[in-house]
Amino acid sequence: MKLGLTSDAMRLVIPALSMTVLLAAVFWLQPRAMSYFGLNLLLNLAVPIALATIAQMLVMAVNDLDLSIGAFVSFVACVTATFLRDAPLVGTLILAGAVGIYALIGVVIYLRNLPSIVVTLGMSFVWAGLAVLMLPAPGGQAPDWVRWLMTVKPPLMPMAIVASIVIAIVAHLIVMRSSLGVLIRGVGGNQRSVERAGWSIIAARAAAYGLAGVFAVAAGIALVGLTTSADANIALRYTLLSIAGVILGGGEFTGGRVSPIGAVIGALTLTLAGSFLSFLRISPDWQIGAQGAILIIVLALRLVFNRVEKRRAQP
Amino acid sequence: MAKDMKKAVIEVDGARVSFGAVKALDGVTLSVMPGECIGLVGHNGAGKSTLVNVINGGLTPQQGTVASDGERLDRYNITIARGRGMRCVFQELSLCPNLSIVENTRIMHHELGGFGWRAKAAKVIETSLDAVFPGHNIDSGQPVGDLSIAERQMVEIAMAFSDAGIAPRLVILDEPTSSLDASLARQMLDHVRRFVASGGSVIFISHILHEILETSDRIVVMKDGRVVAERPATEFDHQRLVEAMGSVAKEEAFQRSARELAAAPVVLRHQADGIPFTARQGEIIGLAGLAGHGQTELLLALHAVQSNAWWPRRDPLVTFVAGDRRLNGIFELWSILRNFSIASLADLSQGGVVRTAEEAERGADWKRRIEIRTQDVDNGILSLSGGNQQKVLFARALATRAPVILMDDPMRGVDVGTKQEVYEIIRQEAAKGRTFIWYSTEMDEVRLCDRVYVFRERVITAELVGDEVNEINIIAASFGGVAA
Repeated sequence: MKLGLTSDAMRLVIPALSMTVLLAAVFWLQPRAMSYFGLNLLLNLAVPIALATIAQMLVMAVNDLDLSIGAFVSFVACVTATFLRDAPLVGTLILAGAVGIYALIGVVIYLRNLPSIVVTLGMSFVWAGLAVLMLPAPGGQAPDWVRWLMTVKPPLMPMAIVASIVIAIVAHLIVMRSSLGVLIRGVGGNQRSVERAGWSIIAARAAAYGLAGVFAVAAGIALVGLTTSADANIALRYTLLSIAGVILGGGEFTGGRVSPIGAVIGALTLTLAGSFLSFLRISPDWQIGAQGAILIIVLALRLVFNRVEKRRAQP
Repeated sequence: MAKDMKKAVIEVDGARVSFGAVKALDGVTLSVMPGECIGLVGHNGAGKSTLVNVINGGLTPQQGTVASDGERLDRYNITIARGRGMRCVFQELSLCPNLSIVENTRIMHHELGGFGWRAKAAKVIETSLDAVFPGHNIDSGQPVGDLSIAERQMVEIAMAFSDAGIAPRLVILDEPTSSLDASLARQMLDHVRRFVASGGSVIFISHILHEILETSDRIVVMKDGRVVAERPATEFDHQRLVEAMGSVAKEEAFQRSARELAAAPVVLRHQADGIPFTARQGEIIGLAGLAGHGQTELLLALHAVQSNAWWPRRDPLVTFVAGDRRLNGIFELWSILRNFSIASLADLSQGGVVRTAEEAERGADWKRRIEIRTQDVDNGILSLSGGNQQKVLFARALATRAPVILMDDPMRGVDVGTKQEVYEIIRQEAAKGRTFIWYSTEMDEVRLCDRVYVFRERVITAELVGDEVNEINIIAASFGGVAA
């Protein structure tokens, strides 16, 4: 027996470790971050990223990749700051329709046997265009309930941490524990055998994309709750951040190997990496490069880890 | 219902299936009664897998009917088959490696739903594992990817026999023991007998003949998409089974030119488990045996040893003709000429620039030599028929200067006329001193070879030279389990 852990549990070790190290480094550089207020400030922007990462993870679970997620979250943010505040019913309908379109895209990609990268890249321009139509200039205002939700101060723990834990638990229940989650991951692992067992692959893929749409909508709403207003380009970088978050959290591009808890940790780690570099007084010009370096270090660690693991499994 | 009025669990009548020009099933009739284990044997391309797919609902025969319990089923599919208790263990892995055993059980059994399905699924699969493989030591919470190959196969077998509401009635086992050791195989065969004794039915496919002989009640022998023999197992023995799988004297197809090559220089050697592999100059060497028993791996190993991953060699020793054209043979978007010249670009270029005139000249030359049927070699490769695409791949390999040509069952789905032309080219090139190492699943092609290595379970188990290369010898060496 190898440490008594399954490969799924081992998958979480590296993300948890890297987040702990970064958090310790941040506290060491800036001890005042170690407070209710400091932690909230440090992590609240991680909440929408975590939601977007879960959305990306659902698409990656069926061996696809969603390059439209940044544009989609921006679109949702624009809807939230305009329609959802002024005409809640219309806003809700628009968001529900958008989730429906997400599910439809999943079906089209499967039926026409198209590369998901191409289709979602195309869709990203559609979402971005719609967002610009709604808000040609930054503006709008967050609905009050959204604002309240993102700024509420629960006892003991700041909202950012509570929200992260809730997201992780909900996503874990859906993806890892429910029958639907098993089916979605099964499609990623061995689509043919799922088909042979008599399941509808179309339904499973539609569900995966639809759920991704739901989490991405939540990400957009959460983001507006933090920023109070929206902009058509507000979340464009989420596309790459969400992919990095999934990978950082122990997920893989193919094979249906994903971890929702890891994905949330991955999103938190990415956010912390940004703060860490600011505290180091590295100029913003270099931050993106430095963030990339952190990513490479963590992924290299994981490769080494996998290799050691494999060597132990088959001597 | 009276006991002697038993109706067949499944009855296939006159099933015909063809894929393009290839007749996979040519009028097969088979019925499986409750409480019966049928052994199904046949060499490559006999139609076993196609028949299995018809029975499990994955394939609808173009002609013929499927009936179950005396009721004709016009709209038969996987879901209906599963609902009637048909289960199948496939040769390749059919579990999801990223899911745990319990989660795989959930995927296999639709009936397992609702709250607490994990506990139910765990019980279902553990009960079955305990029944088939007592003392198995497999934890059902483990991901399938963490299991050894033998353990995976055990889980697949247990999965097929498991009962989560719809009891299994007919279990199809396609080479189930290939990665089990003797004692596990014993446990499985004992379970098959218990299952049959309790009224279940089994279709059992194996290349290990003594397993078939001792486990089955009835043995069905297939060849070229037909059932050629169907008798109680007691009327067969190892010898008669091998003979039934072979054909009735069909040796006229060509005359073997007896060539004396034992003195020719050795160009390639490879040592693995089993009989060592050597190739001499000018030889046509066949790799035979059942598909997937290590032939392609040998070709890949020979290729890997002779090539450099970083930089192509100036004078390569080997070149490769791929079997799966679509997957690793042709460049679909390129023209015929470019598909042809890619392997010899180093010879055709100067200072990194391709000399297009020379490329075109060589292309025209090979087009004439192997008769690629096209107006213009600048047309897209997909404008050609499959057989002509394969000819282009041959031309690609032959146009290089490599003296050894590795062929990975390249004639799959190629029409007879083209095959004959390619055989002729191969003979000519061999006479000029080139060596061909040819993995083929077709008996006629293997018989063209000067020397044949037969594979079984990833090991070379026999070397046949000259007149020893015949169907009976090859089948006898491909199927294990000689009583000894």
